[in-house]
Amino acid sequence: MLGYTITQWLFGVLSFLSIMFGLMVVFSRNPVSSVLYLILTFFCIAGHYLLMNAQFLAIVHIVVYAGAIMVLFLFVIMLMNLNEDQEPQRTWLTKIIAAVAGGLMLVVLVGSLKGSEQLQLQHYGSSQVGLVKNLGMVLFRDFLFPFEIASVLLLAAMVGAIMIGKRDIK
Amino acid sequence: MINGISINMYMVLSAILFIIGAVGVMARRNSIIIFMCIELMLNAVNLLLVSFSTLHNDPKGQVFVFFIMAVAAAEVAVGLAILSMVYRNVKSIDTNLMSNLKN
Repeated sequence: MLGYTITQWLFGVLSFLSIMFGLMVVFSRNPVSSVLYLILTFFCIAGHYLLMNAQFLAIVHIVVYAGAIMVLFLFVIMLMNLNEDQEPQRTWLTKIIAAVAGGLMLVVLVGSLKGSEQLQLQHYGSSQVGLVKNLGMVLFRDFLFPFEIASVLLLAAMVGAIMIGKRDIK
Repeated sequence: MINGISINMYMVLSAILFIIGAVGVMARRNSIIIFMCIELMLNAVNLLLVSFSTLHNDPKGQVFVFFIMAVAAAEVAVGLAILSMVYRNVKSIDTNLMSNLKN
C-alpha cells in the first residue's frame, strides 16, 4: 500500500491516535472525559509495545494503567464531583505562554534529534527480549534486589495513602 | 523503501507526547489534570525506553520500564490521597488556591 508495509501503517495510525488523544486530555474541559481520553492514549501506547513485541509490558501497561491507576483517578474525580462549570481556567496569556514554551521545547528536542543517525529497529516485531520468559530471567536474576525493594515501596505507598487519607489520626 | 521503522520516529513521537504532557502541566489549573499530564510524560519516556531496548535487543530497558510503572503506581496512590485531603480542607483542587506555603 503506497510503498509502506503494514507495520508502518500500524505505527502511523497508532502514533496519530496517541497524539490526538493526548491533545484531547489537555484540551477537554470535563475532567472525566480527560480521564477517558488518557485511557485511550494508554491503549495506543500498549499497541506500540505490541508492535515492538514487548508482550509482557503491553499487558502490564494495560493492567496497571488502564486497570488500576485510571480507575483510581475516576474514583477521586467522581468523589469530588467535579464538572465543567467549576473547572478553574488559566488566563489566555498563561495558556499562550505555555503553548509557546512547549513549542520551543519541541523544536529544541526535534532539532537535536535531526542530526542523529537513522538506526533501523532490526528485530522489529520478532524481537524475543520482551517475552515473559526472557524478561523473567533478567528480572529475577539480575534485578532481584530492586524487585524486592519495589515491593517494599508499594507497601509503604499503601500505608502512606491510608494514613494521609484518614479523617482524623488519634 | 525502508522496511522497518527507524528509532528516530520513536524519538519524535516520544518527544511530542512528552511536550503535550509538559504543556498540560503548564496550561491547566486543575490538580488532577496536572497529575494525569505527569502520567503522560512518564509514558512517553517509557515508550522511548522500550524502543531503545528493542533496538539494542537488550531486556534491561524493559525491566526499567517495569520498575517505572511500579513507582508510578505508588506515586499515584499517595498523590491522589494528598489531593483528596487537600480537597477536604480547601473544598477545591485549583492550584492557585494552594498557596499556603507562600506567606
